[in-house]
Amino acid sequence: MTTQAARTEQPLLSVQDLKIRIETDNGVMQAVDGVDFNIYKGKTLGLVGESGCGKSLTSRSIISINPKECETTGSAVYHSESEKALHNLDLLSLPPTGKRIRSIRGRKIAMIFQEPMTAFSPMYTIGNQIMEAILIHRTKDKKKAKKIALEMLAKVGISDQEKRFDQYPHEFSGGMRQRAMISMALSCNPELLIADEPTTALDVTIQAQVLELMRELQKELGMAILLVTHDLGIIAKMCDEVAVMYLGKIVEQAPVKEIFYNPKHPYTKGLLKSMPRLGGNKSKRLDSIEGAVPMPIGLPPMCGFYDRCKDRIEGVCNTKAVPKTHISDQHSVRCFLYEDQSEGESQ
Amino acid sequence: MLQYIIKRILLVIPVVILISFIVFYIIQLPPGDYVSSYSAKMSAAGEVMTQAEMDEMRANLGLDRPVYEQYFVWMKKIILHGDFGFSFNFNKPVIDVVGQYIVLTLVVSLVTMLFQYAVAIPIGIYTAVKQYSAGDYFFSGLSFIGMATPNFLLAIILMYLSYNWFGDPLLGLFSSEYVNAPWSMAKVFDLMKHMIIPVIVIGLSSTADLVRIMRGQMLDELNKPSVVTARAKGLSEMSILFKYPTRAALNPIVSTLGWSLSSIFTGATITAIVLNLPIQGPVMYNALLGQDMYLAGSWLLFMALLTVIGTLISDILLAWLDPKIRTEFRGN
Repeated sequence: MTTQAARTEQPLLSVQDLKIRIETDNGVMQAVDGVDFNIYKGKTLGLVGESGCGKSLTSRSIISINPKECETTGSAVYHSESEKALHNLDLLSLPPTGKRIRSIRGRKIAMIFQEPMTAFSPMYTIGNQIMEAILIHRTKDKKKAKKIALEMLAKVGISDQEKRFDQYPHEFSGGMRQRAMISMALSCNPELLIADEPTTALDVTIQAQVLELMRELQKELGMAILLVTHDLGIIAKMCDEVAVMYLGKIVEQAPVKEIFYNPKHPYTKGLLKSMPRLGGNKSKRLDSIEGAVPMPIGLPPMCGFYDRCKDRIEGVCNTKAVPKTHISDQHSVRCFLYEDQSEGESQ
Repeated sequence: MLQYIIKRILLVIPVVILISFIVFYIIQLPPGDYVSSYSAKMSAAGEVMTQAEMDEMRANLGLDRPVYEQYFVWMKKIILHGDFGFSFNFNKPVIDVVGQYIVLTLVVSLVTMLFQYAVAIPIGIYTAVKQYSAGDYFFSGLSFIGMATPNFLLAIILMYLSYNWFGDPLLGLFSSEYVNAPWSMAKVFDLMKHMIIPVIVIGLSSTADLVRIMRGQMLDELNKPSVVTARAKGLSEMSILFKYPTRAALNPIVSTLGWSLSSIFTGATITAIVLNLPIQGPVMYNALLGQDMYLAGSWLLFMALLTVIGTLISDILLAWLDPKIRTEFRGN
């Protein structure tokens, strides 16, 4: 398996013990609570979870673009083979408005967002906004920058680029806007693309087109993708590896096939059951996970999924923090049900 | 775009005609007319006018004719001869009275407007970017005080301070030696010196208002996803600030430009009386009191015209600022 081979190489990005705290009026919110993952060159890691589980904050913290209320600790070590200054650089150690992190944003690590409508400013032309990144990172020459931008627009399948270049975001359709967003993100040939729910705001046919486009460009440019989504269908289509997040923690992490065919964590199982399947029993209602996600404020050390879990063990799950258990080399889970099967415990 | 502007300018004509009609109706509304208020004044001075004298005066001034006839005569003269009628109070043509005050009125108003924007916009941006900082609390507190302070009170305080510190209350717009002097650098300098207090007094409350508006707009804009996108591209905080949120936050400020000019005009009346400024506020006030109908009517008409033109200008500026509005124009 390709992911197996990937294990031996150095990851492009290694996030360790990432924690994000937010001071609120009701107390300190532990929005992200000790997240670890690696992203490898040319591979796609899916970060899946329901709204508010901290997946967006996690992805944005990598390039330090969270609001300043977010207090971030841990490390995100970036390792670029092509650039010496970027060998084993901890991105979280850089000042968030400083020059060094800015030289990485948009150039080495680019990002696309959920809402292509609002992610572009309505005040400037698409061309102007695409050229911006190119003018910062690649060339000072406006003519060259425009040429690059036009090439990128062509690459993402936008026809009549000259005319499109001078149009405003509101003159683009949703799918076109997301294509333009992708062309903007890829205009500086990034090594890592962070895609935060890139297709959530699009309708299904456009969704498929945009995902297909991302896959093609990934193959062509050899970049890694961190794909944040709540849609397991997209995960199945796009990812090599999956991390399932719940309440600020990664509860299960495995190669994509493992997640779908051998899920371990009750939450992952619940997610899969709540997904409609082709050829499934139509008369049967889809399963849903009962209950709601608690607010991560002042929670005692216990499993965050305890209240909603069908397999909970009283006196165990609600008394202590759940350690990470390795089911196999690449499959880890945070659940007491599998504690005995552990190959080696961490944390 | 050009087509739109022409269309808008053509639309101004019926609007102004309608306004002129309303204006004339309004100045006719109070009971009595110039003659009755004149005779009241005369009787206060000890001379009693007979009914015959009053009727004769009415006939002379054309006040005995029906309202619509007076209106048409007034309009005909304005359109054909540029004659806005006669000011009974000043005993000279309205156009001369207006001409006497209009230049200084416009100078004071425009300088006040510039002052407002020059002060309010940077402070609004600052207080939004540094939300909940000591500086934000300071300026926000100051702007609330500014909104709540009556103009005339501030005028008196500043006059007093100026008299205490410089030995001159800086009344009026010119020192006595320059009032009738021909224009020179020294006179301009004197005018500028005298304009400091009026501009602060007249501009203070709307400046405070603008600070609040700008701050609120900026706070909205600063958290827009487009700002996050710009940050993710690697732009510096400063370039983001001026390219995205500031530009977008200017829209509502620009759209209020239309009526802010005329509100400065009317808002300045009490200040102008307190500070003895030779601008239109007190003139208008006296014209209304004395039922000097053509003068009052012409000023009202003029102010309405300013509002209409101001709105036109702000619409054009908005179209220039906001591409979405621009496309709508093209669509039409």
